[in-house]
Amino acid sequence: MFRIAGWPYRRARTSDWAASARGALELDSGSRVGVIGGGPAGSFFSYFLLEMAERMGIELKVDIYESRDFGSPGPANCNHCGGIVSESLVQMLATEGILLPTEVVQRGIDSYVLHMDVGDVRIETPLHEKRIAAVHRGSGPRGVTAVKWHSFDKFLLDLAVKSGARHLRERVRSVSWSEGRPRISTKAGEPKSYDLMVAAMGVNSGGLKLLDELGIECEPPKTTTTHISEFFLKPEVVERYLGSAMHVFLLHIPNLEFAALIPKGSHVTLVMLGREINKELIQSFLDSPEVNRCLPQECRGEHRVCSCSPRINIRGAVRPFADRVVFVGDCGMTRLYKDGIGAAYRTAKAAATAAIFDGVSAEAFRRHYWPTCRAIGADNRIGKLIFAATQTMMKLRPARRGVLRMVSGEQCKPPERRRMSTVLWDVFTGSAPYKEVLLRTMRPGFVPHLLWDMALATRPTAKADA
Amino acid sequence: MGELGRLYKNGECIVELGEAGDCMFVVQSGTVEVVRQQGGQTICLAKLAEGEFFGEMALFEKEVRSATVRARGDVRVLTVDKKNLLRRINEDPSLAFRMVQKMSKRIRDLNAELVRMKLGQ
Ligand SMILES: Cc1cc2nc3c(=O)[nH]c(=O)nc-3n(C[C@H](O)[C@H](O)[C@H](O)COP(=O)(O)OP(=O)(O)OC[C@H]3O[C@@H](n4cnc5c(N)ncnc54)[C@H](O)[C@@H]3O)c2cc1C
Repeated sequence: MFRIAGWPYRRARTSDWAASARGALELDSGSRVGVIGGGPAGSFFSYFLLEMAERMGIELKVDIYESRDFGSPGPANCNHCGGIVSESLVQMLATEGILLPTEVVQRGIDSYVLHMDVGDVRIETPLHEKRIAAVHRGSGPRGVTAVKWHSFDKFLLDLAVKSGARHLRERVRSVSWSEGRPRISTKAGEPKSYDLMVAAMGVNSGGLKLLDELGIECEPPKTTTTHISEFFLKPEVVERYLGSAMHVFLLHIPNLEFAALIPKGSHVTLVMLGREINKELIQSFLDSPEVNRCLPQECRGEHRVCSCSPRINIRGAVRPFADRVVFVGDCGMTRLYKDGIGAAYRTAKAAATAAIFDGVSAEAFRRHYWPTCRAIGADNRIGKLIFAATQTMMKLRPARRGVLRMVSGEQCKPPERRRMSTVLWDVFTGSAPYKEVLLRTMRPGFVPHLLWDMALATRPTAKADA
Repeated sequence: MGELGRLYKNGECIVELGEAGDCMFVVQSGTVEVVRQQGGQTICLAKLAEGEFFGEMALFEKEVRSATVRARGDVRVLTVDKKNLLRRINEDPSLAFRMVQKMSKRIRDLNAELVRMKLGQ
């Protein structure tokens, strides 16, 4: 835990100032906002802050500190991620008037294929529509020489810049207080003081440690190691093996919660999530017959051009705010295993709304920003339950056969009767809150239906058929 | 490959007058036209291009669709689910701002049209 003094009410170093200046803890024309990190959370925050400020007739100065060059390919310029923009986020962005350009969306996803040792099944979206976007966060992995598809993070950062933010291609080296205001220092420039400092540095650059210096009281997020590999293949090979489906693997491999192969333009991204994913676990996954059935060995091997082990949140930060400081995206609160970019959008927008309409005091963030984080955190606890139940089910072969039978049987039914399919769809794509998924499994008929399918799938004749 | 939504061919109906609806639509690429049939004639009420939405009335009222919307040339349209959108608007009412803004613009255009018609009479 690092201490960020000042929550819930400013104490320690800044207490005298705060006592006299509480009334001034709001943004007004001329106020300056410093955003550390130009990933989705930083860009969304800046974009929405400036949009709302304009509506309110407030002129703000927003600086985004981001040292990565998202326009250049290679791992150094990429925020490592599976690159799935969820169904719900695609819809919300469209409603906000933000359409993802075709140069950024490498593939629209319209279905997913569930792979288990007992068989595979394809689950189509009820509307037969491509509402999930597969993107690269940077301009492509190692080995890309000519940029064909544009970076998702660059698209968002450009959006923020078009709204009036200033992008400073600098890495923040230290933060401190200066006359009651947070001050940001980089290697090159003069230190700058801000009326609000936004921490949007994710959990993968060690940036959170910088905030120790502020001496505020905040419990940082808990994280675990994951794995990503990129396979470079011809577009027609990607199309032949994966099509426009996300391929999800539910295998009985200890510590592996979720693994997926995601088709992009001329790459396939492998994502593995679980508890401390290591080399042995990755190898046993790649050696499994289910993976070989989906993407044969000849498409892997030397085609694996890039891999990394980024960290992912398994628990959000506690009290991610103080007077004039707020944490958004991964370094504040995110969804468990799914839709991290969607959570960055939600937290960033909630923080921006609080800052414009309620002020930048710890109390304003506690009242108007923290509820969004708390709702995500509460839903994650349900998500943990769902993932634990899925893991337990996956250990039992009859249960795996039952799930497969139930999902296969549902594909010819109308959408409202595809109960297991929609549950799995929402768990794997992150399209709905975990609470809603849980409630759907509690509807009358769901469990009896599953038990019935388990019984039928494990009859001696069914086994012989399989 | 990198396109989202569903492709509709020229003339294909996306929503039809009188049908029940539980979603709205956002045009991803191309143009759609909003039409009504009156006395055997087809009247074009509006043309909507990339980024514009339609079918939003179904989100706020329980009425059936008030017009037909069809593709003019190849069009990509994204469906926005009512439930998903209302859940998000509940958490973040500002999400409805752009819709209110567009609807207000439509009222303004309709008023102008009404004035023109009254003067014409
Ligand atoms: C294996 C894996 C797969 C995932 N797959 C998906 C997926 O498919 N879909 C999805 O929605 N989410 C996914 N996520 C989650 C998603 O990556 C994150 O939730 C999302 O990136 C959070 O955005 P952010 O802006 O908070 O942080 P980040 O994306 O990490 O951005 C932080 C930015 O801050 C910058 N920064 C850090 N320190 C400094 C500093 N000192 N000075 C200046 N800049 C700094 C960094 O350069 C970076 O650009 C995945 C995560 C993992 C680990």
